[in-house]
Amino acid sequence: MTLFVEILVSVLIVVSALFLLVGSWGMIRMPDLMTRLHAPTKATTLGVGGALLASITYFSVFEGQFTAHELLISMFLFLTAPITAQFLAKAHMHRNLDPVRDVPRAGEHGWSTYEAPAPSEVADAGDRHH
Amino acid sequence: MIGYALTFGFGAISLALLMNLWCIFRRAGVLDRVLAVDTMVINVIALIILYGINESTPVYFEAALIFAMFGFVSTVAYCKFVLRGDIIE
Repeated sequence: MTLFVEILVSVLIVVSALFLLVGSWGMIRMPDLMTRLHAPTKATTLGVGGALLASITYFSVFEGQFTAHELLISMFLFLTAPITAQFLAKAHMHRNLDPVRDVPRAGEHGWSTYEAPAPSEVADAGDRHH
Repeated sequence: MIGYALTFGFGAISLALLMNLWCIFRRAGVLDRVLAVDTMVINVIALIILYGINESTPVYFEAALIFAMFGFVSTVAYCKFVLRGDIIE
Protein backbone atom coordinates (compact mmCIF):
# COMPACT_ATOMS: atom_id res chain seq x y z
CA MET A 1 0.00 0.00 0.00
CA THR A 2 2.74 2.46 0.95
CA LEU A 3 4.75 1.50 -2.14
CA PHE A 4 1.69 2.03 -4.32
CA VAL A 5 1.10 5.51 -2.88
CA GLU A 6 4.79 6.36 -3.32
CA ILE A 7 4.64 5.36 -6.98
CA LEU A 8 1.44 7.40 -7.43
CA VAL A 9 2.96 10.53 -5.85
CA SER A 10 6.17 10.19 -7.87
CA VAL A 11 4.28 9.76 -11.15
CA LEU A 12 2.11 12.79 -10.38
CA ILE A 13 5.17 14.93 -9.59
CA VAL A 14 7.02 13.86 -12.75
CA VAL A 15 3.96 14.40 -14.98
CA SER A 16 3.30 17.85 -13.53
CA ALA A 17 6.96 18.89 -13.96
CA LEU A 18 6.90 17.69 -17.58
CA PHE A 19 3.74 19.66 -18.31
CA LEU A 20 5.21 22.81 -16.78
CA LEU A 21 8.30 22.36 -18.95
CA VAL A 22 6.20 21.81 -22.09
CA GLY A 23 4.13 24.91 -21.32
CA SER A 24 7.19 27.14 -21.08
CA TRP A 25 8.81 25.53 -24.12
CA GLY A 26 5.63 26.07 -26.14
CA MET A 27 5.69 29.75 -25.20
CA ILE A 28 9.12 30.01 -26.83
CA ARG A 29 8.19 27.97 -29.91
CA MET A 30 4.84 29.49 -30.89
CA PRO A 31 4.90 32.19 -33.61
CA ASP A 32 2.67 35.01 -32.26
CA LEU A 33 0.93 36.11 -29.10
CA MET A 34 -2.49 34.60 -29.81
CA THR A 35 -0.98 31.11 -30.19
CA ARG A 36 1.46 31.75 -27.34
CA LEU A 37 -1.51 32.29 -25.01
CA HIS A 38 -2.43 28.67 -25.63
CA ALA A 39 0.76 27.03 -24.32
CA PRO A 40 0.80 28.03 -20.61
CA THR A 41 -2.77 26.77 -20.08
CA LYS A 42 -1.29 23.27 -19.98
CA ALA A 43 1.02 24.41 -17.20
CA THR A 44 -1.89 25.93 -15.28
CA THR A 45 -4.29 22.99 -15.41
CA LEU A 46 -2.23 19.80 -15.59
CA GLY A 47 1.07 21.10 -14.20
CA VAL A 48 -0.12 22.82 -11.04
CA GLY A 49 -3.09 20.43 -10.74
CA GLY A 50 -0.78 17.40 -10.74
CA ALA A 51 1.52 18.96 -8.13
CA LEU A 52 -1.49 19.75 -5.92
CA LEU A 53 -2.88 16.19 -6.24
CA ALA A 54 0.56 14.81 -5.35
CA SER A 55 0.69 17.09 -2.31
CA ILE A 56 -2.82 16.10 -1.14
CA THR A 57 -1.98 12.38 -1.49
CA TYR A 58 1.39 12.75 0.21
CA PHE A 59 0.11 14.66 3.24
CA SER A 60 -2.99 12.51 3.78
CA VAL A 61 -1.10 9.19 3.59
CA PHE A 62 2.39 9.86 5.01
CA GLU A 63 1.70 12.73 7.44
CA GLY A 64 -1.81 11.63 8.38
CA GLN A 65 -3.40 15.04 7.93
CA PHE A 66 -5.86 15.78 5.15
CA THR A 67 -5.63 19.40 4.03
CA ALA A 68 -7.87 21.26 1.60
CA HIS A 69 -5.64 24.30 0.98
CA GLU A 70 -4.43 22.73 -2.26
CA LEU A 71 -7.94 22.50 -3.67
CA LEU A 72 -8.31 26.20 -2.87
CA ILE A 73 -5.19 27.03 -4.91
CA SER A 74 -6.28 24.98 -7.92
CA MET A 75 -9.81 26.41 -7.77
CA PHE A 76 -8.39 29.94 -7.70
CA LEU A 77 -6.13 29.20 -10.67
CA PHE A 78 -8.96 27.65 -12.67
CA LEU A 79 -11.10 30.72 -12.01
CA THR A 80 -8.45 33.31 -12.84
CA ALA A 81 -6.65 31.75 -15.83
CA PRO A 82 -9.44 32.54 -18.37
CA ILE A 83 -9.72 36.12 -17.09
CA THR A 84 -5.97 36.64 -17.52
CA ALA A 85 -6.02 35.17 -21.03
CA GLN A 86 -9.01 37.30 -22.00
CA PHE A 87 -7.31 40.48 -20.76
CA LEU A 88 -4.10 39.67 -22.63
CA ALA A 89 -5.96 38.88 -25.86
CA LYS A 90 -8.08 42.03 -25.60
CA ALA A 91 -5.06 44.25 -24.99
CA HIS A 92 -3.29 42.57 -27.92
CA MET A 93 -6.28 43.14 -30.21
CA HIS A 94 -6.46 46.82 -29.31
CA ARG A 95 -2.72 47.50 -29.49
CA ASN A 96 -1.40 45.43 -32.37
CA LEU A 97 -4.28 44.43 -34.66
CA ASP A 98 -6.27 46.50 -37.13
CA PRO A 99 -10.02 45.90 -36.56
CA VAL A 100 -10.85 45.86 -40.28
CA ARG A 101 -7.79 44.23 -41.83
CA ASP A 102 -6.41 41.71 -39.29
CA VAL A 103 -9.50 40.45 -37.48
CA PRO A 104 -12.02 38.07 -39.11
CA ARG A 105 -15.50 39.49 -39.55
CA ALA A 106 -17.96 38.40 -36.86
CA GLY A 107 -21.46 38.47 -38.31
CA GLU A 108 -23.49 41.59 -38.91
CA HIS A 109 -22.89 43.19 -35.49
CA GLY A 110 -19.08 42.94 -35.43
CA TRP A 111 -16.81 42.57 -32.38
CA SER A 112 -18.13 43.95 -29.13
CA THR A 113 -14.68 45.13 -28.01
CA TYR A 114 -14.29 47.50 -30.99
CA GLU A 115 -16.42 50.41 -31.98
CA ALA A 116 -18.65 49.63 -34.94
CA PRO A 117 -16.74 50.34 -38.19
CA ALA A 118 -18.22 52.59 -40.83
CA PRO A 119 -20.29 50.69 -43.46
CA SER A 120 -17.89 51.60 -46.29
CA GLU A 121 -14.92 50.07 -44.40
CA VAL A 122 -16.84 46.83 -43.83
CA ALA A 123 -17.69 46.61 -47.54
CA ASP A 124 -14.01 47.18 -48.44
CA ALA A 125 -12.85 44.45 -46.07
CA GLY A 126 -15.43 42.04 -47.45
CA ASP A 127 -14.21 42.68 -51.00
CA ARG A 128 -10.60 42.10 -49.95
CA HIS A 129 -11.28 38.84 -48.12
CA HIS A 130 -13.57 37.10 -50.59
CA MET B 1 11.49 7.25 -4.86
CA ILE B 2 9.63 10.47 -4.09
CA GLY B 3 13.03 12.07 -3.54
CA TYR B 4 14.16 11.27 -7.07
CA ALA B 5 10.85 12.52 -8.50
CA LEU B 6 11.22 15.75 -6.51
CA THR B 7 14.76 16.26 -7.78
CA PHE B 8 13.54 15.78 -11.35
CA GLY B 9 10.67 18.19 -10.69
CA PHE B 10 12.98 20.87 -9.28
CA GLY B 11 15.28 20.53 -12.30
CA ALA B 12 12.44 20.68 -14.84
CA ILE B 13 10.75 23.68 -13.18
CA SER B 14 14.08 25.52 -12.95
CA LEU B 15 14.57 24.96 -16.69
CA ALA B 16 11.03 26.24 -17.33
CA LEU B 17 11.78 29.35 -15.25
CA LEU B 18 14.94 29.98 -17.28
CA MET B 19 12.87 29.72 -20.49
CA ASN B 20 10.41 32.27 -19.09
CA LEU B 21 13.30 34.56 -18.20
CA TRP B 22 14.57 34.26 -21.77
CA CYS B 23 11.09 35.27 -22.98
CA ILE B 24 11.07 38.31 -20.68
CA PHE B 25 14.45 39.54 -21.92
CA ARG B 26 14.21 38.71 -25.63
CA ARG B 27 10.58 39.22 -26.67
CA ALA B 28 9.71 42.41 -28.52
CA GLY B 29 6.20 43.25 -27.34
CA VAL B 30 5.20 44.28 -23.83
CA LEU B 31 2.25 41.84 -23.78
CA ASP B 32 4.57 38.91 -24.54
CA ARG B 33 6.53 39.89 -21.46
CA VAL B 34 3.39 40.12 -19.35
CA LEU B 35 2.45 36.60 -20.50
CA ALA B 36 5.95 35.39 -19.60
CA VAL B 37 5.63 36.88 -16.09
CA ASP B 38 2.24 35.17 -15.69
CA THR B 39 3.70 31.79 -16.70
CA MET B 40 6.63 32.40 -14.36
CA VAL B 41 4.22 32.92 -11.44
CA ILE B 42 2.52 29.60 -12.26
CA ASN B 43 5.87 27.81 -12.33
CA VAL B 44 6.85 29.35 -9.00
CA ILE B 45 3.56 28.19 -7.43
CA ALA B 46 4.33 24.60 -8.48
CA LEU B 47 7.90 25.00 -7.19
CA ILE B 48 6.65 26.16 -3.77
CA ILE B 49 4.25 23.20 -3.57
CA LEU B 50 7.00 20.71 -4.43
CA TYR B 51 9.26 22.35 -1.85
CA GLY B 52 6.51 21.88 0.74
CA ILE B 53 6.41 18.14 -0.09
CA ASN B 54 10.22 18.04 0.15
CA GLU B 55 10.19 19.60 3.63
CA SER B 56 7.11 17.60 4.76
CA THR B 57 5.44 20.70 6.14
CA PRO B 58 2.12 22.29 5.08
CA VAL B 59 3.34 25.80 5.95
CA TYR B 60 4.15 26.69 2.34
CA PHE B 61 0.61 26.34 0.97
CA GLU B 62 -0.33 29.77 2.26
CA ALA B 63 2.69 31.21 0.47
CA ALA B 64 1.61 29.48 -2.76
CA LEU B 65 -1.96 30.79 -2.40
CA ILE B 66 -0.80 34.35 -1.78
CA PHE B 67 1.56 34.08 -4.74
CA ALA B 68 -1.33 32.93 -6.96
CA MET B 69 -3.42 35.96 -5.95
CA PHE B 70 -0.46 38.30 -6.39
CA GLY B 71 0.26 36.96 -9.88
CA PHE B 72 -3.36 37.30 -10.99
CA VAL B 73 -3.67 40.86 -9.71
CA SER B 74 -0.36 41.95 -11.22
CA THR B 75 -1.21 40.49 -14.64
CA VAL B 76 -4.62 42.14 -14.71
CA ALA B 77 -3.13 45.46 -13.55
CA TYR B 78 -0.45 45.31 -16.26
CA CYS B 79 -3.02 44.55 -18.98
CA LYS B 80 -5.33 47.28 -17.75
CA PHE B 81 -2.47 49.76 -17.74
CA VAL B 82 -1.38 48.79 -21.26
CA LEU B 83 -4.97 48.97 -22.48
CA ARG B 84 -6.13 52.22 -20.87
CA GLY B 85 -3.03 54.03 -19.55
CA ASP B 86 -4.51 53.85 -16.04
CA ILE B 87 -5.31 51.05 -13.59
CA ILE B 88 -8.25 52.34 -11.53
CA GLU B 89 -10.33 54.89 -13.38
